[in-house]
Formats: sequence, C-alpha cells, structure tokens
Amino acid sequence: MLAQIGDDAKLLAGGQSLIPLMKLRLANPSHLIDLNFVPEAAYIKEDGNSLRFGALTRHAAIEKSTVATRIPMIHDCAAGIADVQIRNRGTIGGSLAEADPSGDWAAVLLTQKTEIHCLSPRGERMVPLGDFITDAYTTVLGHDELVREVVVKSPEKGSGGAYLAFKRSAPVYPTASAAVHLEMEADLCKDASIVLGCVGLVPVKATQAERELRGKKIDDKTVNSVMEAVRAAVDPQSDMRGSAEYKRTLAVGLVKRTIAVAVRRARGERVEVSHIYA
Amino acid sequence: MLETFDKVEIQLKVNGKPYSASVEPRLLLVELLREEFNLTGTHVGCDTTYCGACTVLMNGASVKSCTMFAVQADRAEILTVEGLEKDGGLHPIQKAFGQSYGLQCGYCTPGLMLSTYQLVAENREPGDSDIRKAIAGNTCRCTGYQNIFKAIRLAAQNMRGA
Repeated sequence: MLAQIGDDAKLLAGGQSLIPLMKLRLANPSHLIDLNFVPEAAYIKEDGNSLRFGALTRHAAIEKSTVATRIPMIHDCAAGIADVQIRNRGTIGGSLAEADPSGDWAAVLLTQKTEIHCLSPRGERMVPLGDFITDAYTTVLGHDELVREVVVKSPEKGSGGAYLAFKRSAPVYPTASAAVHLEMEADLCKDASIVLGCVGLVPVKATQAERELRGKKIDDKTVNSVMEAVRAAVDPQSDMRGSAEYKRTLAVGLVKRTIAVAVRRARGERVEVSHIYA
Repeated sequence: MLETFDKVEIQLKVNGKPYSASVEPRLLLVELLREEFNLTGTHVGCDTTYCGACTVLMNGASVKSCTMFAVQADRAEILTVEGLEKDGGLHPIQKAFGQSYGLQCGYCTPGLMLSTYQLVAENREPGDSDIRKAIAGNTCRCTGYQNIFKAIRLAAQNMRGA
C-alpha cells in the first residue's frame, strides 16, 4: 500500500507521537495506514539467545512481560515511558522508527546487540540498530519499508545493565537519559557500553567513557573519569526542557547513578529503577 | 479550503451498548464520544496527549481518547465515565471520590476515575507508589492530589469488601 500511495503516506503504529505532531501540523501525511489491525505484529518471544519483539508490541506489554525482564534495563525503560495511557498504545517499533532524539528505546537498545528486521516489497533485510538511525527523526527505512521485528541478543552471564531517564513530569519526553551495560569479572569491568539520550541529534555512544571503564576496577576514581568523558561526549541543545549546561550536568549525574545500579545487577542483585521525575 | 474525506462505517460498544456511526477518518475518538454520541462526561483538557482528562478504557486498557482516531475504535468496547454507574447507583470509585473530596472543579475527575478503574482491576491492593504511577498521566490543577490519593485508597478498599 505504501508503494502504491507514494511517499506522502505514513504508517500509524501507536500514534502517541504521530497524532500530536499532526495536530500541530508538524506532520501532514496525505494518507495514514493503520497497522493496529494486525494483531500478529505484537508479540514477545524468547528464542534461544535472543528476545524478539514484534514491531507493534506496546510498551505496557513489555513492562508486564516476565520474559522481557531477562534484560532488566528493558523493563526499566518500558515501565517508565510516559504514563499508563501512552504505554497502553505506544509501540517499540513505532518509537524506533520515529527516531526522536529524546526517545527512550534507541538509547537502551544501543547498549545491547540489537537488530532491526525491516520489510518491504523487495523482501526482508536486517539492519543493526547502530546503523538504523542516521539523524534526528531519520532512519534507513525506505518509504515503502517498515519495521517488522526488533531482536535483542541476551547479554553475557555476569553482566548488568540499567537505564535511567530524568523527566519534568510523567507524560513528557525525558530531559536527559543514560543507559549503561557492564560486563564484569569479579571486581573488574571487562567491557562497557554507555549511551546517552536527549543530548544530541541521535543517541550518543560515549566511546571514551567506555574505554575509561574497560579493564578497570569500578571505584570513585574510575567513575570520575567516566563522568568527565561523558561531559565531553554529549552535545545537548538548550530548549524548554533546560539549558545545554543543565542537560550536560544531568547526563553526567545520571551516568553515575546508572553505573551503580548496573554494578549491583551484575552481582545478581535485584534492583528496581525507572524514570525519575519531580 | 478544508478537504473532505469519504466516511467510514464503524460499529463499537460504548458502556455495553452497541453504537454505529459514519465518520471521517480524521475524527478523534473523543470527538466521536462527545459530539456524535453526546457522551460529554469525557473531557478534552489539553488536546496534546498530556493531561488525561479524555481517558477512557478501550478493551480494558486506559487510553487518551484525544490521541486516537474514532475509526481505530471500530469493533472495540469503550468504557466512559457514564458507564461506571449501575442501575442508577454510583460506582464505588465515584462514591469514594465524593466521600474523600477527591475533586474540586471536577474537570479531570472522569479521566482520573477511569485510570483508577484500570489500576484496581489489575491491583486490588495498590500502595502509594502504585497509585502515583497509575495516575501519572492525569493532571489535576486544583487539588494537589492528596484527596485524590485518599479517594483511590478508599475505592480500592471498598471494592475489596464488595
């Protein structure tokens, strides 16, 4: 249908971003194709070493899924997005395809090995999430292509991850967010992945900060160097949510807290965290 | 010039009663409820997916009816505030909001009561943090929420007893 109607048409998934954008006339599609009547597109499956999410899986379904809690930061994210009503409608595939710089899922899933399976009349192709989002609100999806499935590889044993986002109130996008994944061997950090949301046109992978952790014991000195590296990596814009400096400071503080949770989870502790708001 | 669109026939259940309508695809669910079906208990507060005054239940899940098209509710079951009372008697949630002074101007109240409905359906003994999470998508500009908390605790308590 998308191929027939042309590139003025848009796919409607949960609609929790697209419909508000249409009301503001920031989006003006000639046609909407509603995907919500395809119930087979909403599922969470455990498949060997991976979790597979149908593109239309609602945030609320992920929040309530015991399978999805196998990767705790996925639960952190799903349980904290916006509010109950929006989580009942909004979808993981829609959120990733929208590629809002303040979206939650991309930051979280970029710390994991995540594949986006895309479908078009030419067939199916797999795009690693790292290559999927190319700019703010821009992905590699062709106009006749959609996200069919999101596949997340299970993390290694002995690893731990967490996601924390700060927002001004429940229904709004976060002001800044941090996702941290650590692979630990006793006290030593073998590998680390750190991604910051809302502080760049796309989620920011803090590669220097990750280097500061690799092979190190996670003590105050290490965490301080990570925080300095994060401060240098982020490039936020001043807007109604806060000044650039405020967001930079927020991102640095969130990374510190997120590392602390990730370390505890890597040890096997159960820690409940979710979005933070006033 | 305003564009016109072909109308779409839809059928749905609202508060247990069958309804049908012929609607433009751009019509919002809240407009269908208020303007076509005259069910004006569902309010439009912000119309920006923020305030939750327009909250209704669709197939048992709370949604903001200003952020859905009416055609998306085809074949769905909708519950609005008008559907809470039974045989002319108020629902325990409505009674609890009254008894606890859980409202002042009342504009946000229908949405809050439907968020409460979903909360209590899933969790018969909600604690304060459950309540806070459940109504995070409902904005009240009068009360400061304290009496709303009391009302929701009382409603859950009375519904456990019922």
